[in-house]
Amino acid sequence: MGRKKTRGSMHDKVVLGIGFLLLGLFVVLIIIPLVFVVVGSFMDPNVLHSQGISFDVRNWSLGGYRRVFENQMIWRGFLNSMLYSFVFAIFSVFITLLAAYPLSKRDFVGKKLINTIYLITMFFGGGLMPTYLLISNLKLIDTIWALILPGAVNVWNIILVRTYYQSLPTELREASAVDGASEITHFFRILLPVCKPIIAVIFLYQFVGMWNSYFDAMIYLENPDLQPLQLVLRSILIQNTPDPGMVADIQSAAEMSKIAEQLKYATIVISSLPLLIMYPFFQKYFDKGVMVGSVKG
Amino acid sequence: MKHSRSKLKYIRQNWQLYLFFTLPGLLLTIIFKYIPMGGILIAFEDYNPMQGILGSDWVGLEHFRRFLSSPDFLTYLTNTLKLSVYGLLWGFPIPIILALLLNRIKNKGIQKKIQLFIYAPNFISVIVLCGMIFIFLSPVGPVNKFLGTSINFMTMPEAFRSIYIASGIWQGAGWASIMYTAALSNASPELSDAAIMDGASLLQQIWHVDLPAIKPIIVIQFILQAGNIMSLGFEKAYALQTSLNIPASEILPTYVYKLGLQMGDYSFSTAVGLFNSIINVILLIIVNAVVKRFNEGEGI
Repeated sequence: MGRKKTRGSMHDKVVLGIGFLLLGLFVVLIIIPLVFVVVGSFMDPNVLHSQGISFDVRNWSLGGYRRVFENQMIWRGFLNSMLYSFVFAIFSVFITLLAAYPLSKRDFVGKKLINTIYLITMFFGGGLMPTYLLISNLKLIDTIWALILPGAVNVWNIILVRTYYQSLPTELREASAVDGASEITHFFRILLPVCKPIIAVIFLYQFVGMWNSYFDAMIYLENPDLQPLQLVLRSILIQNTPDPGMVADIQSAAEMSKIAEQLKYATIVISSLPLLIMYPFFQKYFDKGVMVGSVKG
Repeated sequence: MKHSRSKLKYIRQNWQLYLFFTLPGLLLTIIFKYIPMGGILIAFEDYNPMQGILGSDWVGLEHFRRFLSSPDFLTYLTNTLKLSVYGLLWGFPIPIILALLLNRIKNKGIQKKIQLFIYAPNFISVIVLCGMIFIFLSPVGPVNKFLGTSINFMTMPEAFRSIYIASGIWQGAGWASIMYTAALSNASPELSDAAIMDGASLLQQIWHVDLPAIKPIIVIQFILQAGNIMSLGFEKAYALQTSLNIPASEILPTYVYKLGLQMGDYSFSTAVGLFNSIINVILLIIVNAVVKRFNEGEGI
């Protein structure tokens, strides 16, 4: 971006200065709560309770993490969430890549009808009870499929991928057709390898979506052993009922409430870490992913 | 119908496109999106699981009448509308301003670092966000320590909306700016250079060059968000509810959930849900029409 240096009037500098000040303030406001949680998770519960956050390492302890790591519920929730999120993201991405392909073709017969069928679902749906009754009639309650199947087709992602396909040169298909490749062969051999950026973006979207949601699991999974991490977190963070095993050695209620606070901070850090570590690796694809989506279609 | 034969021929020749590519997604959509739409019928009957959808007694619009005449109706409707309209008014401009400012940072390294931070909260789950809110705002939490008070914010109905909206901006504004940032970085630099040559001030450049570059995205985003005013997320409102802030925090989606799955009133719950979606569709159509009028015929 070779923007020439402005002669820069005084007025411009003041405006820009105020703007950057606000931007800086916003960034600081984003960071403060995050730092607070991380430091809080390392604090000695007594100091945390009496003085609040301190950056003095002598007041730190790993007790909170020890309790979290020793907890069965959190581990199980963590593994369940990993399973659900991976299966969901892979399945959903695959279906989306397939569904978008014919829609990217200029001459695909039935394109308008199929587009309409998809688009309507973006703005109107059956609602909670009819969907619940369907899932329950299909005997999907307490199975992983209750979480995977209903949300697997994401229309927004189909639009993203379709637009991405359309941005590729049409010679790709023409060349493979000359070689006698069928559409399926073309899709796996030629198309998928050039779609890495968009695959990365929608995989991340779907993975994060499943990892962070709790509603479907709350209504469709009744067996506590199947609970994803977010439901375990909900009982610790929102309902204030840590798993008894986590705090079995604590006698007094006062002691308990102190421990609970440190425990919450540690739980937050551990449960958020996988995504916060994962996402910077996807950052380079973000712009590409959202840009194609912003093209109207 | 002279084309129908050539269409059939196309389908026969390209059967893979239909069977392998289209069918899986279409089938899932029909089963999990369209069959429930048929299930909306139970809003017009006294649904009894034993008798099934077609065997239950029809009651017509009885559930809608009951809902519209109940004293709760206006409260829940205004709660829903206020939460999303205020949320839109506060939340919509901030990502645009963020993107305009980010675009003015010449040092790409610093720009990327700021983006890394402001996108991060988007990857925190609703439960963790709400957990943080409960901790920070508890009577003995850091916010009260800082203020030297011991206010229990989470039990105050009048604080609920501010908490909901402010935390929404904290979590989502950075991520929402990504589209505008991408569009701005793709805008042609010649226009901007020409404006500078003409001696345009910074604000003039933003107004005449930057904003027009992202206007199409602003329009689409506005229609989509304004059209989704009634489909507020259930998850966050439900997680932030306490028995005392219910007067402000009970919105239609949480009410539908409690009616249906906690009290087992399937039909009434479905009627309330349908009422919600219909208002949503009407709003979408109105917003789209209004925007079209002001935007030279361009809507979605």
